[in-house]
Amino acid sequence: MNRSDVLRAIAPVISDQLVVCNIGLPSQELHMIDDQPTNFYMLGTMGLASSIGLGLALGQKEKVIAIDGDGSVLTNFGTLPTIANNEADNFILLIIDNGSYGSTGDQPTYAGKKTSLAAVARACGCETVVEVAAEDTAEALKTALAGDRMTIIVCKCDSGNIKVPVITMDPVVIRDRFMREVARRNAG
Amino acid sequence: MSIDERIVADLVANRIEFVTTVPCKQLGGVIERIEACPDIHHVPANKEDEGMGLCAGAFMAGKRPMIIMQNTALGVTINTLVTLTQFYRMPLPMLISYRGELGEPVACQVEMAVHTKALLAQLHIPTYHFHKQDDVAELDKILKHTFMCNKPVAILTDASFWGGY
Repeated sequence: MNRSDVLRAIAPVISDQLVVCNIGLPSQELHMIDDQPTNFYMLGTMGLASSIGLGLALGQKEKVIAIDGDGSVLTNFGTLPTIANNEADNFILLIIDNGSYGSTGDQPTYAGKKTSLAAVARACGCETVVEVAAEDTAEALKTALAGDRMTIIVCKCDSGNIKVPVITMDPVVIRDRFMREVARRNAG
Repeated sequence: MSIDERIVADLVANRIEFVTTVPCKQLGGVIERIEACPDIHHVPANKEDEGMGLCAGAFMAGKRPMIIMQNTALGVTINTLVTLTQFYRMPLPMLISYRGELGEPVACQVEMAVHTKALLAQLHIPTYHFHKQDDVAELDKILKHTFMCNKPVAILTDASFWGGY
């Protein structure tokens, strides 16, 4: 399974959850597979999906899933100690680790070599870290959503991309649509 | 009221509830006050672009955010300011210690100081500059302006504003 297969498999689980999705192909694929007002698509800013997700989780009570990649976590490694030390039990960080920079042509990352992101996350102080095979990701997400603990899921999957259109929605529309949904759920 | 207390009082009066910081010697006092303030959620960041990501999330959660940082870090935040804060039209007051101005003892700080205003101008970021402590009187209006226009806004603060090097 590659990243788009993983996104298809988890779509029913995350469809009604607040999702912050990483720049590039992950957002484009999620937008194509299951566009929802509860999805915040990053159109730029490599590396910050987990930071935006954590800020969102700390600022309101609904559960938040940040979908990140191994390459972008490597870009913003400082995020892991911040997540560990500012625990938000409504926050789930899903790192889809295909060992490559998918959006730029599958150049290999160090996470596909000697570096274990799960081990790094644990060393940073994150207490609930699970590494799963691609086909077990939906189940791991269900477990994380059912629990009330900040969880990091590292999903090991194959590299490889599909043809997918770019997102043409205006960023302010994406943000406004998302914020209305956040506010509505918190008002309930 | 000390300058640090005055700043925190203005933040609270403007309902700023989420502040991320990366320290500078001059900012030590205000960061301490923010950490102690029950009305503000303080999240120290490891890097300023990470902090701006946290602020973006907090804003979408319905909180008014702010970042406190040193001007030397402006370079690492440019992509984030442009592709996240500005592209999605989010407000972000940036309280920035302006190292490298008159009285600066560390020569290297001047290297980034000479680019600070030029970079902010290039990014079309409204920029205010506090030289002396009385300038803090403008802070309240600057904060209101920031959340009125939904833009990142820079407040440069000289060492003389904080009481010297």
